[in-house]
Amino acid sequence: MPSTYPPPSATAGTLSSDEAAYAAPPFGSRGPVSEQLLAALRRPADDADRTLSGFREHLERAIDGSRDILRDDDLQLSLLVLHGLHYGSVVDADDEWEWHPAMVAARVAIEREFEAQLRNKVPAVSFPDPTPEGVATALFDLTKPGPGPSAARFIAKKATHEQVREYVKLRSVYTLKEADAQTWSIPRLNGRAKAAMVEIQTDEYGGGRPERMHSAIFARAMRGLDLDDTYGTYVDEVPALTLASFNMMSMFGLNRRLRGATAGHYAVYEMTSSIPNRLLGDGFRRLGYGDDVTDYFDEHVEADAVHEQIAGRDLAGGLAEQEPELLDDIAFGASAALTVDGWAADDVLQAWTAGRSPLRGPQTRPEVPEERE
Amino acid sequence: MTGEPQIVACVDGPLLVRGDVELLSSTGEPVERNRRTVALCRCGASMIKPFCDGSHKLVGFRTDPHVDPDDAGDR
Repeated sequence: MPSTYPPPSATAGTLSSDEAAYAAPPFGSRGPVSEQLLAALRRPADDADRTLSGFREHLERAIDGSRDILRDDDLQLSLLVLHGLHYGSVVDADDEWEWHPAMVAARVAIEREFEAQLRNKVPAVSFPDPTPEGVATALFDLTKPGPGPSAARFIAKKATHEQVREYVKLRSVYTLKEADAQTWSIPRLNGRAKAAMVEIQTDEYGGGRPERMHSAIFARAMRGLDLDDTYGTYVDEVPALTLASFNMMSMFGLNRRLRGATAGHYAVYEMTSSIPNRLLGDGFRRLGYGDDVTDYFDEHVEADAVHEQIAGRDLAGGLAEQEPELLDDIAFGASAALTVDGWAADDVLQAWTAGRSPLRGPQTRPEVPEERE
Repeated sequence: MTGEPQIVACVDGPLLVRGDVELLSSTGEPVERNRRTVALCRCGASMIKPFCDGSHKLVGFRTDPHVDPDDAGDR
């Protein structure tokens, strides 16, 4: 069976430096698809015929066999890397890979299955009324803060230094690129919805002050916790479901067809931010961290109380008014954000409550099914 | 931000302020504005007044006059 995807360690050990033309990423593979993908990305795109030999078949088999793609480490890591070719700074690779047909085909194939399973697993919600106020009311209703336990409450009251560092490592997959996934949608929106998205993003990107970009404030918080703010450093420790949370918004943003889902998803993110971030800031203060760390959370208390109004009424509501046929996708994006991030947060809270780490442990090489004929 | 000031009275929520508006404390001191569009608290429960922090959602603040006032702002 194809020896076209040797483990990265073997790749590094056996190829001469000119053969492995690009640096290994700071994370490892999680199965046959990500293994071959990461190995191929270390070589120029011109070598695709050799480095991607058999890739499509392995990918098809992995997708066919993925009953819960949200928790599928191999496919979610692969999708993170494929989206990363568009974002940049996820893997060191030949720029030509970004629009290489094999990469585009792989991304779309994983995304289609991911979207289908999301639509199947995420509870259906329906919004009654494609008007700005109707959509805003429905979204605020959906995201009404509840009294139950949450990761934010746990951090406010109980979390240890180690647990808050775990939390920030998990957050880093999205937050070091905060707001970028939604920026993909800007040219795909028009009028009131576009103006609303840009108004929010202007603030996310610091209003002209690079040091106030939310991703930069988060990077500073990471450094304040003695964590490495280089993208990808902690990916090995992040479970598939948290990768899926980020991949979901990248997929919504990169597919014009899913602009409704982006709007609903973003509105939910903004609407579930201010109150939890106040608790998070309190937790980091309780542990004695300074402004360099708490600034990120405090900033979001104020910023997202603004953004949630714009996102609900002008972005999601404005889009529903312009394109009423997108109302169901707005509701889908909203429910998907709540559900997927809710599951991920439950996993974290359950781990902490049981005295375990929510992070992936040191990895033994994943078992690769051997029955590939 | 330039242009005509605009204040949006958000249903069950804050006052959203866009445009060139001077924000002053009652003693005339300028209130530092960290962003171009700001949300001003009108439920009274914010911990970062005069700005909104989303607390209206926790106290059940309602702008609809038909709602029993006992249900609003009583925490």
